[in-house]
Amino acid sequence: MAQHQVNYASNGGLPVALTTVDKLLNWGRSNSLWPLTYGLACCAIEMMASGASRFDFDRMGVIFRASPRQADVMILAGTLSKKHAEFARRLYDQMAEPKWVISMGSCANTGGMFNTYATVQGVDRIIPVDIYLPGCAPRPETLQYAMMMLQKKIRRESADMNKNRKQRFV
Amino acid sequence: MRRYTPKDNVQKRAKYNDRYWVAPIIPRVDVSEDEHFASVSKIISESVELLDSYIELGQLVLEIKPEQNIDAITALKEECGYSVCSELSAIDYLSQDGEFEIFYQFLNMTERKRARIITRIKENQSIESIVPLYDMAKFAEREMYDMFGIYVNNHPYLKRIIMPDDWEGHPLRKTYPLEGDEFASWYEVDKIFGKEYRDIIGPENRDPARVDRYDTQRFARVGKEVPFGADPSLVDTTETPIEYSSAPLSDYNKGPHKTLDKRK
Repeated sequence: MAQHQVNYASNGGLPVALTTVDKLLNWGRSNSLWPLTYGLACCAIEMMASGASRFDFDRMGVIFRASPRQADVMILAGTLSKKHAEFARRLYDQMAEPKWVISMGSCANTGGMFNTYATVQGVDRIIPVDIYLPGCAPRPETLQYAMMMLQKKIRRESADMNKNRKQRFV
Repeated sequence: MRRYTPKDNVQKRAKYNDRYWVAPIIPRVDVSEDEHFASVSKIISESVELLDSYIELGQLVLEIKPEQNIDAITALKEECGYSVCSELSAIDYLSQDGEFEIFYQFLNMTERKRARIITRIKENQSIESIVPLYDMAKFAEREMYDMFGIYVNNHPYLKRIIMPDDWEGHPLRKTYPLEGDEFASWYEVDKIFGKEYRDIIGPENRDPARVDRYDTQRFARVGKEVPFGADPSLVDTTETPIEYSSAPLSDYNKGPHKTLDKRK
């Protein structure tokens, strides 16, 4: 790192870095992804483990927030029942733009083994999903990998969310 | 030594001969076999009419008329000491007998005995609530109403407990399809977006092996690849028959090989 060291006092000037707005904004967004504290079923246990000290989500700037108003990412961790679908959608609507969604585990992706009357057959029926994370339940490493993939996706996208509009139902 | 059974054709023979699983018959013992149960049965028969009474797996079973359930359960609680009602629900025998069977499971904490009261009602018949006797029935009877559609008279708050309030149908009935009816399959779409969004979102995918050849984002066809997210019109959808390898398999029954029949 020594070769990049800038000695402000001796150089006597402000260092200048040139970049684009997209890169700057996406740098900030992708390195402070705050997911909503929102667990649906057993996948939420793995999500909690990811946040706790052993796997330590904080080092990636991923800090769980208990309010949808402060959250950027919604991790749908577990089986979404039809009774609860309305509230999951409401929480998604309450999140401020820009926002991303990770569908965690088989049940959230496709309904999984719950091929029944009471389970939503894939959360993408009600919420646009960015990352589908397979597994039953995915290990914390897998969730961290999904989060890194999401970071990659954000860095690739335009900072103007209208340009990379996802599938919107409403 | 284990008895010899012929082992030839053992894979061709079915392991089970029954076409359907047959429930084992549980032996029923007369009430007079147990002193405590005999006295309980006598006390109950003084207040209500007993249709049947026996001991099954060490538990007393009493069948009564549905109109007399409060009288029978009051006597069981006050006079026989069955202070705990551990479970209460129904069984759907509608296709078999045109009836529901309602069962109440009780526990006597001092005698360490369990008893069950069963009664049968018709499909449109209702039953009296036992909430004045046992508080646990508040939830259990709501669940029975939710799952089977059995109305419970004089329940303080009879409303669905598991399914949403605006749900149609009662899922634990045998006639209810496991994957849901028309209402169930569109429930979340209708509720969140409205019925006009059914066409946009489309029906549920219940096939775990579904492959959509027009979907160029999630599926790829080997040998007919198109760029990710390409226009579906580019997709070559001509059917090709399944090809099997024409390489001849070696027939080990022919050809020169050692025969071991000359071995001494």
